[in-house]
Amino acid sequence: MSVALSLTVNGKAERAEIDPRTLLVEFIRNDLGLTGTHVGCDTGQCGACTVLIDGNAVKACTILAVQAEAAKVTTIEGLANNGEMHPMQAAFKECHGLQCGFCTPGMVLSAIDLVQRHPNADEKKIRAELEGNLCRCTGYQNIVKAVAQGAAAMRR
Amino acid sequence: MGANDLNTIGQSVRRKEDYRFLIGAGQYTDDVNPPHHTHAYFLRSPHAHAKIRKTDTSKAKAAPGVVGIYTGADLTGVNGLPCGWLITGTDGQPMKEPPHPVLAQDKVRYVGDGIALVIAETPDQAKDAAELIDVDYEVLPAVVNPVDALKSGAPQIHDGAPGNKCYTWALGDKAAVDAAFAKAAHVTKLDIVNNRLIPNAIEPRAAVASYSRADDGYTLYVTSQNPHVERLLMTAFVLGLPETKVRVIAPDVGGGFGSKIYLYPEETAMVWASKRVNRPIKWTAERSESFLSDAHGRDHVTHAELALDKDGKFLAMRVHTTAAMGAYLSTFASCIPTILYATLLAGQYTTPAIYCEVTAVFTNTAPVDAYRGAGRPEATYVVERLVYAAAAEMGIAQDEIRRRNFIRKFPYQTPVALLYDTGGYDACLDEAMKMADVRGFAARKAEAAKRGKLRGLGYSSYIEACGIAPSNIAGALGARAGLYEVGEVRVNPTGGVTVFTGSHSHGQGHETTFSQVVASRLGIPIENVEIVHGDTGRIPFGMGTYGSRSLAVGGTAIIKALDKVVAKGKKIAAHLLEAAEADIEFKDGKFNVAGTDRSKAFGEVALAAYVPHNYPLDKLEPGLDETAFYDPTNFTFPAGTHICEVEVDPETGVVQIVDFSACDDFGNIINPMIVEGQVHGGLAQGIGQALLECCVYDKETGQLLTGSYMDYAMPRAAHLPSFKVATKVTPCTHNPLGAKGCGEAGAIGAPAALMNAVHDALAAAGVKYIDMPATPHRVWNAIQAAKH
Repeated sequence: MSVALSLTVNGKAERAEIDPRTLLVEFIRNDLGLTGTHVGCDTGQCGACTVLIDGNAVKACTILAVQAEAAKVTTIEGLANNGEMHPMQAAFKECHGLQCGFCTPGMVLSAIDLVQRHPNADEKKIRAELEGNLCRCTGYQNIVKAVAQGAAAMRR
Repeated sequence: MGANDLNTIGQSVRRKEDYRFLIGAGQYTDDVNPPHHTHAYFLRSPHAHAKIRKTDTSKAKAAPGVVGIYTGADLTGVNGLPCGWLITGTDGQPMKEPPHPVLAQDKVRYVGDGIALVIAETPDQAKDAAELIDVDYEVLPAVVNPVDALKSGAPQIHDGAPGNKCYTWALGDKAAVDAAFAKAAHVTKLDIVNNRLIPNAIEPRAAVASYSRADDGYTLYVTSQNPHVERLLMTAFVLGLPETKVRVIAPDVGGGFGSKIYLYPEETAMVWASKRVNRPIKWTAERSESFLSDAHGRDHVTHAELALDKDGKFLAMRVHTTAAMGAYLSTFASCIPTILYATLLAGQYTTPAIYCEVTAVFTNTAPVDAYRGAGRPEATYVVERLVYAAAAEMGIAQDEIRRRNFIRKFPYQTPVALLYDTGGYDACLDEAMKMADVRGFAARKAEAAKRGKLRGLGYSSYIEACGIAPSNIAGALGARAGLYEVGEVRVNPTGGVTVFTGSHSHGQGHETTFSQVVASRLGIPIENVEIVHGDTGRIPFGMGTYGSRSLAVGGTAIIKALDKVVAKGKKIAAHLLEAAEADIEFKDGKFNVAGTDRSKAFGEVALAAYVPHNYPLDKLEPGLDETAFYDPTNFTFPAGTHICEVEVDPETGVVQIVDFSACDDFGNIINPMIVEGQVHGGLAQGIGQALLECCVYDKETGQLLTGSYMDYAMPRAAHLPSFKVATKVTPCTHNPLGAKGCGEAGAIGAPAALMNAVHDALAAAGVKYIDMPATPHRVWNAIQAAKH
């Protein structure tokens, strides 16, 4: 049995017939081939699979693809504009906010959501708000720095 | 841009690899999808210890979408997984090396031990079919703690390892140590548990194995830190295939921390099976599987003693450690609690006599192997906890006792085999004390006390042996491999340079650091350098990345290859300029005739090498492509002092890190930004060990109780402070870069600094001893126990 799904991903209309149990992250990675969205755990804890759904950060491993029916989904591939990185992506590079790069897509999308909700977040707020995203490489210090710098750039 | 601007050594050049990671274009193993591929699922043992009476796969084989199912019985002609380091015991006997089957044969020995490889059209079909496999287990009693495993009557895990003992090994002069203890003015004694950790790179292990009938060859994409070693072990020792028939590719790898060094059963079984099913097979571990089956770290139980004279000068150290190996010997398991542990017990101190005895033990748990620091965090924890306790007991200031014992003359031969080439321990201690504002601590402690809080300050002056390793020394100590590194510098006809390195980057930023080294040496823009790593099909050979060795060993191999390129370039330039070779200098990207303005640019020489119309063909081959193997002559010895300040709430037991200051000596630094990032990450893992993380198996059943991120406390952003980091430089004396390595320092230094601070804070509450991790529950209990 399959069900019809129609949604917008990175500005492009997508239609598919999918197994109803397909998770959104599986649909994004396997059906659309957008492999920038990563899977780091199976308990909704690590946040590597974070995408934006209608502008809000959502862990794509915690919802079914069919729950995103008619939604506008943004993955890490949809952030740069004609090869120019989003200010948050640029801040991560400038501040060395990534090492192995695996948690990075989810971290960047969470950070954008964070800044949308708290444009002037201080270090303490940023650290608290990154609770749902695990990074094993950076010790978070440069991620926190990048989020603050990205926030400043997004305000401009 | 002037030529001198091309020298970026010492500059925080932003990373070349970041763009692809930031736009979602990184290619990790799970992103590899060969046409027509199948999916693997591994059926794992739910029991910690059991005999397999019978395995029935008939129902599973008939399940929808199944392509093939293989159990241990099917793997005929496949050997067990080898261990790469032979330890010889105090009895003169080799360590016990019981078989480590790729899939369980007649017994399972830990929860997660592989039973069957199920291959199907989809991951769900593979998983569903695995549920239909009927395994008849005879459950046996299990033992998970290494001390318990040595007790008489403990469950016997391997027939070939009586009493569950792998080896008892010793280093040092026991008689000299005993004599020194006999005349000591003071003896400090500690019983220490170094808690078991699960590495948890955020990318789970994964593999994609393909077989080609066209050339009877295999291609394996795998999450590996050292693809050539993986290939060598898999082909020569396990599968009996010609090495040349297997290409191992470790593409972008999402963190390793040691856990991706090893040859694991999963990819080995998949390579074997890919020929049987004649289709590519893909497997990606679920996080629950990673918890169960990745090699874990640490897990030591130690009794340690330090003998001092009346002035606090160290006379001798005596250490007895019981180290868990887990159910099987992982690739480098045996050398971690021995060669990488006991040899570091001198620390930064002149302790004249040291004796260390280690008993390695099999337990019904996942295998234990190197995890960031590997032996050196355990050694540092023993040394620096002893130093803290001795100073506290004798009423000597923490910095003072360290200064009274620092090594200041180099080279320094320790009593535990290592020869330190250089160091400057006072400088790092001084700087760390400034950064931590140690002078203001008493006032801060008094202020905290007014609020009912306990403040503590902890020091850790660590040393590590990195740049692993001189092959002849490693070989004499039992290594079954060489430990050099390989670099190939290929100058392309248009002057662009491709560098092939045996080092592997899984977050360390080699594409940037190595490019800086090459571009600076050749006087070309950094954009003209491409670094290739992680592919046995493209790189001559390599030993991979671990033990903070990439720059010191891998970088030096590249330097040696660059030297050959420049030497050949001089010959070509001499011909083109009609000058003597001896008169040619290479500087800022140009070959000049000394004392003249005549020169040829690097690119012109490169072009001449590939279009040799005007070329000394009678004396010189065309082309400009040089390879070097570099085998270090000694280890490198990064060292430093970390100081941690904590505030403990005695009402809740919560430990808050108020300040963490680290001053490290990594020798010369190519890219300070990357080095700082490495330190931050290491500190987070060290603090994780001391404050949060602990792998727990149920004592009775051997079930893993900390098997998810809901149960295993990973450090999150809010757990950690902003670290203050600084460096001092004493260049390594025996490699041309003067580099020592920086990848593990944080994880090595931090636990002792933090726990010494916790002990310093809790002293006011009468608490004498507490083990890692210092969780609120544990701290609160210790405070309550001290009240009674």
